[in-house]
Amino acid sequence: MPAGLGARFQPRFFEANYWISLTPMNEQIATQPPEIVALSAPPSLLSSSWTRRIRMGDLVARGITFLAALSVLVITVALAWELYKGSVPSIKEFGWKFITQKTWDPVFLSFGSITFLFGTLITSVIALLLAVPVGIGAAIFLAELAPRAISSALTFVIELLAAVPSVIYGLLGIFVLVPFMREHGGASLKAALGFLPIFSGPNYGVGVLTAGIVLAVMIVPFIISISREVLLAVPREQREASMALGATHWETTWHVAMVYARSGIFGSIFLALARALGETMAVTMVIGNTPQISASLFAPGYTMAAVIANEFTEATGDLYLSALVEIGLLLFVMTMIINALARLLIWSTVRKQGAAA
Amino acid sequence: MRRRITNYFIFSLTSLCALLAVSVLLFILGYLLWHGGRSINWAFLTQLPKPVGESGGGIANAIVGSGKIILIATLFGVPLGFLGALYLVEYGGTRFNFAVRYAADLLNGVPSIVIGIFAYTLIVLRTKQFSAWAGGFALGIMMIPTALRSTEEFLRLVPRELREAAYALGAPQWKVIVTVVIPVAMRGILTGIMLSVARIAGETAPLLFTSFGNRFWSHGLNEPTASLPVMIFTYAVGPYDDWHQQAWAAGLILLLGVLLTNIVVRLFFRPRTA
Repeated sequence: MPAGLGARFQPRFFEANYWISLTPMNEQIATQPPEIVALSAPPSLLSSSWTRRIRMGDLVARGITFLAALSVLVITVALAWELYKGSVPSIKEFGWKFITQKTWDPVFLSFGSITFLFGTLITSVIALLLAVPVGIGAAIFLAELAPRAISSALTFVIELLAAVPSVIYGLLGIFVLVPFMREHGGASLKAALGFLPIFSGPNYGVGVLTAGIVLAVMIVPFIISISREVLLAVPREQREASMALGATHWETTWHVAMVYARSGIFGSIFLALARALGETMAVTMVIGNTPQISASLFAPGYTMAAVIANEFTEATGDLYLSALVEIGLLLFVMTMIINALARLLIWSTVRKQGAAA
Repeated sequence: MRRRITNYFIFSLTSLCALLAVSVLLFILGYLLWHGGRSINWAFLTQLPKPVGESGGGIANAIVGSGKIILIATLFGVPLGFLGALYLVEYGGTRFNFAVRYAADLLNGVPSIVIGIFAYTLIVLRTKQFSAWAGGFALGIMMIPTALRSTEEFLRLVPRELREAAYALGAPQWKVIVTVVIPVAMRGILTGIMLSVARIAGETAPLLFTSFGNRFWSHGLNEPTASLPVMIFTYAVGPYDDWHQQAWAAGLILLLGVLLTNIVVRLFFRPRTA
């Protein structure tokens, strides 16, 4: 077995998976000095000016840092509040129709977001379908097969990949992937599977499928680094028991390690999904920006993030702007729920681990 | 026998997956070097964009603009995150800490474009103008969670004995924090801050309707300001070949900046693991 299988390390903050930190949030190490109690007791006895000065210093430090910590809370609440306040005109005007209606018409001020919801969901689903097998495959390689040195070198490269700005992915999407899909990729898919409705219709290069591919490339690094971490956290005994029963390395990986790490890996997938839903620039650049729902994956589409990016500065009139803000609110709520699910899943793996250890 | 073959077959498939993922980075880097490398020269870095339709010109204003916006973001986001983390580690109670951490994680998961909307309604609508302030505010918000969580992590790594030694000498808590705890954790905290700077340097979406863009120098911080990522976006979706060429070159500069920061910080500043 490769060395270091039993090793558990906390992800560091600069690794992509730090944000789903393997330690539950409420589990904190006490760093508060009990000594401070002893320190603050004497002043009532001594009560000389220098002890008061010391206590003033502590009070000031405590006050300043408290304000900073509080501001994090305030900003988050303010963000949700501003989004809600901004979308009130639109919510009043359209109600639930905003989610179910297809028309998006700035001239007649009739707004429905179903086409954008559809575009966001379909591109994210395509991205997951492509990224999950590759991501998990690569994670298995890095955690199970590769020698330590190679594994950490490759992981380093994958962390770098996660740092590439999305506008760069968009740039390559427009000038490399779109022409490729128009002339080769899309054409050969059509030739092979053109009888399926999802590959019917004209192929312009820009479209839902292309956007899904770009998204897939962007989320793969996240799936890899979290899944790898979760796989590395599977206890050595589990594998040894399986190997001792005569299972091959692959059978052990698939039936034992993967089962053990299942919920953590699902967590990584949810986290990647949340990223895909909110991704703006790369998608805007390759999806074609046409609000329509089409069965064909070659057809251009539009996503929630993309419509905000494209129309926000040109939105004239309060209702138009408010409709765009409401799309932002929907996006906020969606990613919030999915992020919470991801965390829950990953923590549940860690709990299990704690119980087993 | 069949099981053996499955074993080898599937494991070779997984190595192909890893290879595929890694080769993407090489492809991106190689392609940008090839396409962007030849248009980078001194003039490109130091000139303003030429009027639309004329070829040539540079991206000096975008580089300076990006610098301004990043500086505002850092000055706004880092102190909040840093001081907030100090409170969590040194003073905070369990419930308050949970709430703040939860808020930070939530903030970290918010799509960047939504943060752009927030900065727009809060600053651009009130001041009635696109500005470097608004862009810096949006990016600063994105820095808060990273600054907070990385500071917190490294403060917690400071050995308990060090604090105790200082307390035993009679130092008040704030003095212990300033002279003992922070210096010990400083290296790690700086690493976190530099990486989050690299992350926001490439952000485009929140800048589209906060700092907007500008084809000239922006004077002061209260005007629409050009930035590298927004300029790449505008040039890439624009209709001119010359713009596309410049988008490649600007993209290469942005990518090299981000990757080099990451590499240097990760390799040389990487704090010792606890």
